[in-house]
Amino acid sequence: MATAVQTVERENYLNANYGIKSWLLTTDHKRIAMLYLISITAMFWIGGFFAMMIRLELLTPAGDLVSSDTYNKLFTMHGIVMVFFFLIPSVPAVLGNFLIPLMVGAKDLAFPRVNLLSWYLYMAGGITALTAMVMGGVDTGWTFYTPFSTTYSNTHVIGAAVGIFIAGFSSILTGLNFIITIHRMRAPGMTWRRLPLFCWSNYAAALIMVLGTPVIAITLLLVAFERAFHIGVFNPQLGGDPLLFQHLFWFYSHPAVYIMILPGMGVISEIVTCFSRKRVFGYEFVALASIAIAVLGFLVWAHHMFVAGISVYAALVFSLLSYLVAIPSAVKVFNWTATMYKGSIRYNTPMLYAFGFIGLFTVGGLTGVFLASLGIDVHVTDTYFVVAHFHYVMVGGMVMAYMAGLHFWWPKMSGRMYPEGWAKLSALLVFVGFNTTFFPQFILGYMGSPRRYHAYPPEFQVLNVLSTAGSSILAVGYVLPMIYFLWSLRYGEPAPPNPWNAVGLEWMTSSPPPTHNFDETPVVTWEAYDYENQPQEEVTIGH
Amino acid sequence: MATSDIQVAEHALQHHFADMEQQRETSTFGMWMFLLTEIMFFGGLFCAYLVYRASYYTAFVEGSQKMNIWLGATNTAVLICSSLTMALGVRAAQMAKPKLMIALLLVTILFGLGFLGIKAVEYHEHWVNHEFPGPNFHFETGDPEHPATDAQHTEIYFSLYWAMTGLHALHMIIGVGLVLWIVLAGLRGAFTPHYYNPVENVGLYWHFVDLVWIYLFPLLYLISKKHGG
Amino acid sequence: MWKNFPLFPERASALAWQVDGLYFLLVAVSAFFTLLIFALIFFFAVKYRRSVHPHPVQIEGSLPLELAWTLIPLGISMVFFAWGSLIYFQEARPPKDAMEVYAVAKQWMWKFEYEGGQRDINQLHLPVGRDVKMIMSSQDVIHSFYVPAFRIKADVLPGRFTTTWFRPTKAGTYHLFCAEYCGTDHSGMIGQVIVMEPAAYQAWMSGGSSTGTLAANGQQLFQELGCSTCHRFDTQGRGPNLTGVFGRPVLLEDGRTVVADENYLRESILSPGAKIVSGFKPIMPTFQGQVSEENLMALVAYVKSLAQPQGKAAGGNEAAAQGTSNTQ
Repeated sequence: MATAVQTVERENYLNANYGIKSWLLTTDHKRIAMLYLISITAMFWIGGFFAMMIRLELLTPAGDLVSSDTYNKLFTMHGIVMVFFFLIPSVPAVLGNFLIPLMVGAKDLAFPRVNLLSWYLYMAGGITALTAMVMGGVDTGWTFYTPFSTTYSNTHVIGAAVGIFIAGFSSILTGLNFIITIHRMRAPGMTWRRLPLFCWSNYAAALIMVLGTPVIAITLLLVAFERAFHIGVFNPQLGGDPLLFQHLFWFYSHPAVYIMILPGMGVISEIVTCFSRKRVFGYEFVALASIAIAVLGFLVWAHHMFVAGISVYAALVFSLLSYLVAIPSAVKVFNWTATMYKGSIRYNTPMLYAFGFIGLFTVGGLTGVFLASLGIDVHVTDTYFVVAHFHYVMVGGMVMAYMAGLHFWWPKMSGRMYPEGWAKLSALLVFVGFNTTFFPQFILGYMGSPRRYHAYPPEFQVLNVLSTAGSSILAVGYVLPMIYFLWSLRYGEPAPPNPWNAVGLEWMTSSPPPTHNFDETPVVTWEAYDYENQPQEEVTIGH
Repeated sequence: MATSDIQVAEHALQHHFADMEQQRETSTFGMWMFLLTEIMFFGGLFCAYLVYRASYYTAFVEGSQKMNIWLGATNTAVLICSSLTMALGVRAAQMAKPKLMIALLLVTILFGLGFLGIKAVEYHEHWVNHEFPGPNFHFETGDPEHPATDAQHTEIYFSLYWAMTGLHALHMIIGVGLVLWIVLAGLRGAFTPHYYNPVENVGLYWHFVDLVWIYLFPLLYLISKKHGG
Repeated sequence: MWKNFPLFPERASALAWQVDGLYFLLVAVSAFFTLLIFALIFFFAVKYRRSVHPHPVQIEGSLPLELAWTLIPLGISMVFFAWGSLIYFQEARPPKDAMEVYAVAKQWMWKFEYEGGQRDINQLHLPVGRDVKMIMSSQDVIHSFYVPAFRIKADVLPGRFTTTWFRPTKAGTYHLFCAEYCGTDHSGMIGQVIVMEPAAYQAWMSGGSSTGTLAANGQQLFQELGCSTCHRFDTQGRGPNLTGVFGRPVLLEDGRTVVADENYLRESILSPGAKIVSGFKPIMPTFQGQVSEENLMALVAYVKSLAQPQGKAAGGNEAAAQGTSNTQ
């Protein structure tokens, strides 16, 4: 137990000043990260509630719990909330916001006021979208396919589209801030080759935010215009092309999955090295793989459209490129595994989540290879196979990484330790619950069970029941951390500056850090993940 | 004080930058990144335009013949002039001539408002001619010898016309607001040759918006003078 | 397979085996890599745990290893790519002599029309062993024609025709699903594909009510809508002569050449100004809103029948061909 923190708490970003105004008008990246943490946690539970309703409805083959219209709204709102208001901002806006300036040794992000603006835009977008949902909901699916969304749906499409449009600008501004910060705000000696991989992967994700998000913004704006003014850009009755919508939509929304997963990969790189006490295996390859994923990710969008009526040759090219984007992901998995080789491994909660991430992401990634294969995709696209695949990547991958990161940096963010035993239990519950929920959906999908079905043929029931059972375990796994994190704020042991004995500039300042992050600007003279020269001390916190 | 922006002497150095040089580079870099996102934003519309123009060329030619080329050309000239005064204004700021800068930016604002006025005249013309997409849309070439060959797809041309020029006009309005803000700050004496980033960045934005019009004008007004079909 | 708890879909088309074959290979390879990663993590985590291995050995990385785990997955994935693409190519190329079934999708129903003029709603009757080409369009939003037992899926779009094909190999009743979300009753937009032995199929076909073949209906529409006044079967018409047009390249006024496929015919009826045939004036009025999807299909079927050589003995086409020669 570290003793330094026992006495009077030194001033930090949390106690520097008080009052609601000091939070709502703050330009401190750490406070903005906390604002984001609270908001996206709320969004997670709203989206999670929709998910539970969906799973309950699917317990029985008949559509008996809710009406089909309600069901359609439930899966639409689950998708919109989880994708645009939880997954996309999760790691970047909370952990990235908090950690990137600390990791590069800066006092703040390059544009602190823009950073605050991005949170307000996020809130404005979120409230707009939620208002649309409260007023009656949206039933287009999160994909907003035309002409259903533009002409046939009689729900609040414009409200939801405008909400996402506004939140999109929040994402653009966050991405812009990260790119500029990483380029311009690094401390002396923090060269690109010494940059933590978390920064590399957020940098790659930020590139996609900056280049891709405007395209979805304009596309959803056109959808809103088309509903409001009956212009005909996507309306086949006027000669418009619904496939053009799909191209524009997926041009962003495919790279968007890399916005979601790349920062998660960065978290895993930090944790695997720390709990193996080793340099990352093949630093350059892991770093460049992030960039390769971001670049290739922009070239594969039409693999969502193999059965949509695109030309055979276009399909061929997009299939090939989709295989290529799988390679850098595989490289990362192999490098993380190799990092553990001859390490000195400790099983703290973040590491357990990281194990889960690597395993589940591997399954998610490999099933992506199934979908890239044209012949298989024709059969399984738009079935539960796809649902299972992207939940393996998004929940098994991204949410696992987010939980790993939250546990890892919670002592730094809150200044308190979380209870290790409960945390291990929750990690186990999440892993078991997740697999029980989503693995059956692969089988369902190959059997041909289409997604977005309110009622389904009775022979699919057993697997659906299994899936619903799993989802309740998963829910418990997510409720637990919510409780013990809150508990730890008051009753948790005070955290030392470096509870994991990790390297990285964020651990060289106090927990929680002072408002200006570092008492004096650090000068970096060592390589990234320099565990060799980090004194080996056994920390007993939480045991 | 938390981390709100502490004004350091007259240089307005924000607390988290080491020096003015870093601050200047950072903000200019930020502006360029922002313009990159703007390119992608308009890019979606340009992409839709190119796809439909290739598919419905005749309809697009007929639509473009409804454009008032003279007003469009005048507006192009107005914007080019405004870019010139904007550039000179930035130069004046750099040369420590705040009064000249304010004068030049005021002229820029006038050009901007002139552009918007002319655009409004054009919009009005299209509106009364039922050239706004939707239930009231009605298209005739105006030449009984050559009736509209593909009026249905001409509506798509007009959808894109309104969306692209409308979005551009919105950017112009924002631009005028930003220049006005610089003028007001300039009157307070906020800029010195050591600190004129905001002027420079607003200038970049203004040039970008002009540049978008330089593409919009030929694409929408000058498709072909020959009667298609 | 258990009746109430199947774990694998039925295989009822010629292509299903190929898809399943590739699927099994993918499952095997994926299982291998997944187990490899799981095993390595487990093994390292146990063997190098802190209590028995307190001093880590720092390793920078290894170029040969990086190359190996870049190139080996790349090589393997190229095999999947090639195999998957071969299957896709077959799916995209319907055999020339396939029987054609026209399908109209609407919220929330499937309407089928056979060459003989018989109609079906939410049921698709097919003979075993015949190649079947589906020509589909939607009346409203995007739907998707999905028969898991055939491993086939194709989106059905408004404003254009999409096609797919398959050869049923096993008699039985299979699920037909709409796989593209289409609104309130999406999950009710289901039906049955009933594959019958050829004899039973013949009996079913002759039992159904039919108001003449599809092409004959199209011919009648062709007269009623006044198409025949301009599209005459000589060179004197104000519109192009449509004999033999289908499947051939057409030179347009603006110098481009397009192949007259189903979608070209469709566009020429609904948006005649979009592609003007070289040497003709854009005088044809649009038929947008005046022809239903079914009538459009009948018209297309008729124009297609004009292109077929005389005496092609494909069911209902005889009547159509006959009608053609009378007109000429």
